[in-house]
Amino acid sequence: MAYSDKVVDHYRNPRNVGSLDRNDPNVGTGIVGAPECGDVMKLQILVDENQNIVDAKFKTFGCGSAIASSSLATEWLKGRSLDQALEIKNTDIVRELALPPVKIHCSVLAEDAIRAAVNDLKRKQARRQQEAPMGTEPAGNP
Amino acid sequence: MRRIYLDNNATTPVDPRVLDAMLPYFCEKFGNAASRSHSFGWEAEEAVERARQQVAALIGADPKEIIFTSGATEGNNIAIKGVAGMYADRGRHIITQVTEHKAVIDPCEYLREHGYRVTFLPVDRYGRVDVQQLADAIADDTILVSIMHGNNEIGTLQPIGEIGRLCKQRGVLFHTDCCQTFGKVPIDVESMGIDLLTCSGHKIHGPKGIGALYVRRKPRVRCEPVIHGGGHERGMRSGTLNVPGIVGLGKAAELCREHMDSEPARLAALRDRLQAGILAQLGDVYLNGHSTERTPTNLNLSFAYVEGESLMMGMSEVAVSSGSACTSASLEPSYVLRALGVGEDLAHSSIRFSVGRFNTLEEIDYVIGRVVSVVRKLREMSPLYELVQEGVDLSKVQWQAH
Repeated sequence: MAYSDKVVDHYRNPRNVGSLDRNDPNVGTGIVGAPECGDVMKLQILVDENQNIVDAKFKTFGCGSAIASSSLATEWLKGRSLDQALEIKNTDIVRELALPPVKIHCSVLAEDAIRAAVNDLKRKQARRQQEAPMGTEPAGNP
Repeated sequence: MRRIYLDNNATTPVDPRVLDAMLPYFCEKFGNAASRSHSFGWEAEEAVERARQQVAALIGADPKEIIFTSGATEGNNIAIKGVAGMYADRGRHIITQVTEHKAVIDPCEYLREHGYRVTFLPVDRYGRVDVQQLADAIADDTILVSIMHGNNEIGTLQPIGEIGRLCKQRGVLFHTDCCQTFGKVPIDVESMGIDLLTCSGHKIHGPKGIGALYVRRKPRVRCEPVIHGGGHERGMRSGTLNVPGIVGLGKAAELCREHMDSEPARLAALRDRLQAGILAQLGDVYLNGHSTERTPTNLNLSFAYVEGESLMMGMSEVAVSSGSACTSASLEPSYVLRALGVGEDLAHSSIRFSVGRFNTLEEIDYVIGRVVSVVRKLREMSPLYELVQEGVDLSKVQWQAH
């Protein structure tokens, strides 16, 4: 199968490979997929005090298209609010990377990973608010 | 860009000596081998008969027992469907095994849909069938056993001599698909008790579109034709003979026979060097197949935590193949690896390297370096590798399968 130039570029020069501290209260982590399905994506976002995404990292086990989809997602996530992050649709990724039909599931996985990371962050923050007494700032890890 | 071909189990480049032998049979000696009335036909027929001898010599057969086909898929179809049709009144049971090539499995499935009973024997974790289990599966109505010699994905060799002798004792015909071993592993149809044998030209540096089927004459084995027509090839395969292709197959078989003492050993040494070089530098790499009972050309490895297609993409100048689902349209990983009990995760991580006549030591060393560097890079990028480094047992993780 021939890959699009953009897939090859993201594969050869993946953006934002790495990990953020998953225990940081401002980091949301999404891990989706399964090894037996041939793809697992870990996508992480870091937000500032205004809930804007200031950093994003990924690690992916999967084909070149899966790596490119997650790499592209991290690029697009930076600078967005959480709501804007959820606006990224798999079809946008398909279009940008010119993915063929058999690789559409890679883009779906990337969208799922974004959702999972955002949900993880929101869950963490909700838990922190419950635990913190009214009027005090949350300190340290929950 | 420099390119290295290590996918010789898929196909091989034509040997220039083979091409030279074929060339006169296109424009000059273009006769129809069935034309009995003039010298154009005679010279074509003479070339075909020479090729028949060259093919027969490689497997210890009589030239009269060789039938030319369009390739191994056709050969397997004639052997399986042809025997099934011819001997239907004697019985309707066929035994084969799960890691056969689709060109054997699909004709068997076809027969099953048409009133035959087919037993697909399992294999052990190395890909070998159990001869005792095969013996137990033979019933009164069994007419044919079809077990391949060398597997195309993992290289595992089946004990075909033992199976052939068992079939003789039990009065059952024995067919073996030898595409991966013809010309590379010694084969003798007499001592191995083979009744039907399939082989192909393009796996041994001959042309594509030509193959041969050995059909025993003493005692006589008969096949109903799959293609009906002018009654060529003892009525078992009608159609004007592909003379240039046949000449090429014959020459390719002759070259294999001439170098049988040295070439398989050279190929195995290249393969072993590749395996040792990779294993010396990378951990968590697993051999798929049998460590000794395998074809000299094949090396199938699973690189844990790395997906096969992405590995191939990282060394796109090296031609190999993968059992990963991503390389097929079906989204299912290799059925051969799954039959061995290889986990689906490791099936997705598998790469088949297969060496051939034109590979060099220098190429092998280059590929070792490329594989090691790409696997290391991809592992740094792999969430699975990271989890394992953190001490997580991947089998205990609740994955969100999609």
